Amino acid sequence: MTVPLAPLAGRSELTVRPTSFPMQAAHQTAGPPSVAGTVLRHEFRSVLRNRGVLVFGVGTLMLTDIVIRLTGSAPRAMSTLLNLVLLVVPLVTMMAGIISWHASREFNELLLTQPVKRTSLFTALYLALVVPLAGAFALGMLLPLAWHRVVDPASAMLVTTTVGSGLALTFIFGGLALLIGIRVEDRLRGVMTGLMAWLLLTVGYDALVLIVATTLADYPLERPMLGFMVLNPVDLARSVIVLQSDAAALMGYTGAVMSRFLGSTLGTLVSAGGLLLWIVVPVALARRSFDRRDF
Amino acid sequence: MSTTPLVEMRGLVKRFAKHPVLQGIDLDIPHGAVTAVIGPNGAGKTTLNKSILGLVRLDGGRVLFDGTDTAGRIAHRARIGYMPQTPRYPDSFSAGDVLRLLRDFRGADCHTDDELIGAFDLAPLLDVPARALSGGQRQRLNAAAAFLFVPDLLLLDEPTAGLDPVASSVLKDKIRAVRHEGRSVIITSHILSELQELADLVVFLHEGRVQWSGTLDALMVETGATSLERAIAHLMRHSTIGVPDTRIRDIREISA
Repeated sequence: MTVPLAPLAGRSELTVRPTSFPMQAAHQTAGPPSVAGTVLRHEFRSVLRNRGVLVFGVGTLMLTDIVIRLTGSAPRAMSTLLNLVLLVVPLVTMMAGIISWHASREFNELLLTQPVKRTSLFTALYLALVVPLAGAFALGMLLPLAWHRVVDPASAMLVTTTVGSGLALTFIFGGLALLIGIRVEDRLRGVMTGLMAWLLLTVGYDALVLIVATTLADYPLERPMLGFMVLNPVDLARSVIVLQSDAAALMGYTGAVMSRFLGSTLGTLVSAGGLLLWIVVPVALARRSFDRRDF
Repeated sequence: MSTTPLVEMRGLVKRFAKHPVLQGIDLDIPHGAVTAVIGPNGAGKTTLNKSILGLVRLDGGRVLFDGTDTAGRIAHRARIGYMPQTPRYPDSFSAGDVLRLLRDFRGADCHTDDELIGAFDLAPLLDVPARALSGGQRQRLNAAAAFLFVPDLLLLDEPTAGLDPVASSVLKDKIRAVRHEGRSVIITSHILSELQELADLVVFLHEGRVQWSGTLDALMVETGATSLERAIAHLMRHSTIGVPDTRIRDIREISA
């Protein structure tokens, strides 16, 4: 039985093709000092000048603070904030990534007429997108947890996996956003594609899993479902977090299967490996598209 | 002056979405000469410039800069000053930011030529955001940036478009000076009288192919024309491409 896969996931190509050329490595040592550093500095400056990152960070901070005040404990705060991590972080990163790609097109065109390697420019673009967002998210979560002193040894692992999954999703959706931005020439179509990808990986995927599970309820589906899960970074992040808490009700279908078949530790490791693949593959594909692009 | 041409293009092929833009360009750009690239819209002039810089990824052929294949390399860009047809700068940048950024990539000890910044009176504009600059001011910044690092090759795409007569003549004097220093210039323009003043060599591009190339004098003798404009008109009329064919296609494009 073949199952229709999410288009983005269907494209996952596990080989990372090196796109650097031998001469570039030689040039780097002889060239002007720290080209990558200069690009990165300028990129960071333009990101910080844009107040979106600040708004996102302060919003996360305020929400976390309020949730801790209301729930009074780290585990309950984390399960309340689960949807912030699983839905808002991917959406914000996706939109910020696609919009900032289009905003930096002039800058990129200007830089590529200079002795700047495409690969260093791409690395700078990616880091300048994800590092400020990841920093804003981590600070927004961790500062209120610190000043309310609600984290104890028992909940430390849950807090770590929640923040860690949020960071992983930032890096994943940053890569996807650049991939979509680079591949889809038109700005509006790019934003729409990003929204569709986000919807598909959040709401659409869950619906699909449910449809498959109910129509094929008579078959032993548990093991194929585990494979299904690797196709979705949001589901992977959810299972990483939920495996650390006892809120089994929050677990999706695939997470429950994973918990039952792989247990908590192995399940977490497998999911973390899946998240890592979801960072590497889209970034590698985006880098290749950037390298082949005409400016 | 070395005997190898500064730029050697061999069999350049480029397609955009299956549509051929360059169809096998073979061209040498010598040292110390102004080469005028002439051709109708869509002939591939801008793509030719971008191929030299590596902004456009070629589907075939290679570009050698000073005898070295440029594929996958960036070092040659440090020796090229590029003046794009429509300069676009990030909205958050001022004119000064643009120049500072370019300087950052060359290191502190690089040799610069600030003459155009003075001649174009750009100093008062350095703090103005790039988006607030007028078309002509932007073009002056574009020119100053291209000449700033004393490049061996200048790629000037419609350089005088939008410039007032004073700025335009400043730029033309600068092009002559650069040529006099033994540096090379590739210039594209639709103002043929201007090219006639400046050019040593003429390349006529049509539909991604070199239809004619040689010295300006040879072109005049061959066509028996009195001006570059008439010479190009002669080429368009008598070259193998055939004007009637083009006209038929144009009409089809219009009616479509």
